[in-house]
Amino acid sequence: MTNADLKDGWELIVGLEVHVELGTATKLFCGCINQFGDEPNTNICPVCLGLPGSLPVVNEKAVISAMQLGRALNCSVNRSVFARKNYFYPDMPKDYQISQYDQPTNTDGYLDLPSGVRIGIERAHIEEDTGKTVHIGSTGRISGSDYSLVDYNRAGVPLIEVVSHPEIRTINQAKEYVEELRGILLTLGVSDAKMEEGSIRVDANVSVRTTNEDGLRTRCEIKNVNSLRSLGRAIEYEANRQIDLYENGESPSQETRHWDESAGRTRSGRSKEDAEDYRYFQEPDLVPLNPNSEIIHMIDQGLPTFPSERRTQLAALADMDIAEIALIVERSHDDFASETIRAGATPQMAIKHLTNNLSDGLGKLTPEAFTSLLQMEETAELTSTQAKKVLGELVQKGGNPQEVAAQFGLEAIGTDQLETLIDQLIANHPDEWERFCGGEKKVQGFFVGEIMKSTSGQADGKAINQILNARTAE
Amino acid sequence: MSSIIPATSLTAQTIAEKVQSGEWTALETLENYLTQIAKSDAEIHAFNTVLEDEARAAARAIDERVALGEDVGPLAGVPVAVKDNLCTKGMRTTASSKILENWKPPYDATVVKRLADAGATLIGKTNMDEFAMGSSTENSAFGPTRNPHDLTCVPGGSSGGSAAAVAAGFSPVAIGSDTGGSIRQPASLCGVVGVKPTYGGVSRYGLLAFASSLDQVGPFANTVRDAAIVHEVIGGYDPKDSTSISEPFPSFLDAIEDGVEGLKIGIISELMGDIDGISSEVIQKTREAATLLSKNGALVEEVSIPASLYCLSAYYLIAPAEASSNLSRYDGVRYGLRVDGETLAEMNINTRTAGFGDEVKRRIMLGTYALSAGYFDAYYGKALKVRRLLAQNFDEVYSKYDALLSPTSPCTAFKLGEKTSDPMTMYVNDVCTIPSNLVGHPAISVPFGSGSDGMPIGVQILAPPMQEALMYRVASTLESAEK
Repeated sequence: MTNADLKDGWELIVGLEVHVELGTATKLFCGCINQFGDEPNTNICPVCLGLPGSLPVVNEKAVISAMQLGRALNCSVNRSVFARKNYFYPDMPKDYQISQYDQPTNTDGYLDLPSGVRIGIERAHIEEDTGKTVHIGSTGRISGSDYSLVDYNRAGVPLIEVVSHPEIRTINQAKEYVEELRGILLTLGVSDAKMEEGSIRVDANVSVRTTNEDGLRTRCEIKNVNSLRSLGRAIEYEANRQIDLYENGESPSQETRHWDESAGRTRSGRSKEDAEDYRYFQEPDLVPLNPNSEIIHMIDQGLPTFPSERRTQLAALADMDIAEIALIVERSHDDFASETIRAGATPQMAIKHLTNNLSDGLGKLTPEAFTSLLQMEETAELTSTQAKKVLGELVQKGGNPQEVAAQFGLEAIGTDQLETLIDQLIANHPDEWERFCGGEKKVQGFFVGEIMKSTSGQADGKAINQILNARTAE
Repeated sequence: MSSIIPATSLTAQTIAEKVQSGEWTALETLENYLTQIAKSDAEIHAFNTVLEDEARAAARAIDERVALGEDVGPLAGVPVAVKDNLCTKGMRTTASSKILENWKPPYDATVVKRLADAGATLIGKTNMDEFAMGSSTENSAFGPTRNPHDLTCVPGGSSGGSAAAVAAGFSPVAIGSDTGGSIRQPASLCGVVGVKPTYGGVSRYGLLAFASSLDQVGPFANTVRDAAIVHEVIGGYDPKDSTSISEPFPSFLDAIEDGVEGLKIGIISELMGDIDGISSEVIQKTREAATLLSKNGALVEEVSIPASLYCLSAYYLIAPAEASSNLSRYDGVRYGLRVDGETLAEMNINTRTAGFGDEVKRRIMLGTYALSAGYFDAYYGKALKVRRLLAQNFDEVYSKYDALLSPTSPCTAFKLGEKTSDPMTMYVNDVCTIPSNLVGHPAISVPFGSGSDGMPIGVQILAPPMQEALMYRVASTLESAEK
């Protein structure tokens, strides 16, 4: 959806808060294993259980990962301090969360979306995850449950919270933003970035304003969005809910709202009035993180090439559609594409196969085999249908396209042979030919189909059409 | 005045030497102390838990190792009483609170582990003000501890049980924790030596937190040297405590008898006069200590720490603020007391209402308020400014002086119940000890005579961070002159 999908005269304003679970071997403040899906309460110790007397010790790997992510998001990496966020909840062992507040590790960055829009990043800070509460009873929710069980395996897992500025203006941009962030995380290898397993969790701050306004209106924070699709639906629902309120002379109140996937709507959670006062203060059990310029330099040197740069590199090789480039980079097929194009393949043809026929991966296909296949198609040794068939085989089993084509008995029907066949067909069906010449386009299908039938599908459809058109002009 | 003070007391140094040499056994040494406890602790109530069986097993193991010719360690066979806010694996650790009445930690505090590794036998867990909040040990959920010098008086607090245990001859040395004076003030009131180490000098891992940026674990002993010996055992870098100092400290013992010749020592003038409830006898004794130090060759002058006047106010914002957060975890969900309710919040409230005593509740409320939106800057934020200012004051003074001198407690031990009705009169007891906690510097209280009431008076030596060696030198000079 673009802004065109909002009611005329309204503009969407979205800021995203993305919680990323880092894939470090151990938790943020203790040596317990950081692993999803284990038997409940098996990866725990006095520290992540917050037992009296226990103290946190920060995991250096997690800090480095956070700083890498910060640099990947073009942030400045600062001297930072941990802070306690105080509130009572049973799945939070200490009844405070160790997070960062006024001095976060990463600030003031940005993320370039494939569509060319740049979204500002306010901060990307380090914090610990909470445990997980399971409500036992018919509803599965806290209200109406018989009792609740808490699993502390997740308590203390390192999180990075990436907070964007409210600069996202369309649902598509919101999805692009999350996808792009995922791409960066996967490229860095710091998180498995699985939205459905909760290793990235997205909260959306949504507000609307009229298109001729500058200021920001009251926002609502939408939680419990578990997929990109839900994110789009939740934002759309919420924006329209707010517009309806304004148009009825009311206004939304600042609150947290939960996305209900099955009902397709958001529901009111905590309002600002009874919002918690978190009483943040500097965590006295930890010392500040103070990266020197050497560490920052080392991190910068070690950064891989990120999707945006890879898209630029691929775009420089050929004139291609933005969406196609984005797709190829997202599938990490860009190196393969570049190699093929540099080896002499026609970019358009390479891109066509990469985007349409190789969505399940490259398998055993080598750049050399792909290049020579494309050349066979280009010189009409193989029709596009035949090329696709050979490509499937190369992905499955490898080998070179000449041998595979020969093995399948595939070769494009030569132009002379094709002309003979078409002339015979015209002679046998004078009525249809007359209708075709009279401009009845659907008869074209009849001729193409007949030729395909007589050649067992080995003729090139494009060539058939060319000959047919040439004959009408005669 | 009824008192329970042994005629003579053995030093840890002597015990360790005799046990290691095989002249004494750890077991018979322990039995002597257990006998003393059995005889008198019903009246004093220094202990929440006496670990007779565990201590005997440990003592036997030490004797076996001695028999095998092993070097057991600097505290071979030395009984140690440990404050009940330090975790002891599988042994009740209550912080003298109902909320943890039957809690048994699954791990040992680093300090406890280091004591055991040095050959000490853990004789028991000592009574304290609940969660170390108090200056008289009257805020214990399990009843007060009494001062061995006069059973009608308090031992000070919050580590009153540990101070009383050493004074009563229940244990040659003990461990306490000091957040605003909780080792030094009871040491002063009970006539023993008590040390608050440099912040980060002794691991806090396994110490039930009161105010994390101020808490520090330290020793009680009959002599300055014993305190230094125990301090060396429990001190040093611990990777489990992120605020632990990794650089090595100069030896506390090597220079302990070097005297004070040529040292420049300042008397903190703000703590020598206009303070509510400060006794002229205490001031007089502190001046005598100053005279004694100059007789021994030190240059002693009055110095000013202007911010010390605001320390009490700053402390009673910072400490409760941190406490309000540290004590949140006692919510009835995972361990300790649970009092059920209709809802989760009701269960939390019922548990905390029944589990915490009045002083703990008071400080949780104070601290919660000080950190609240709209009040943070005026209270907690301002207190942090005082803390920074105080650090500057000390830095300036220490650019000219080696160590500082002041009273430890403004008065001698007071009667039980005398100061419980008005929290402010109780809080003032910490006025001389709080500055060291706010800046994280080391300080020691050394017995220095007694008042007209016959109760002990202590004086305090303060030193720059990591300068414990110097602090022990000055303290040792005072001690030997006093004897």
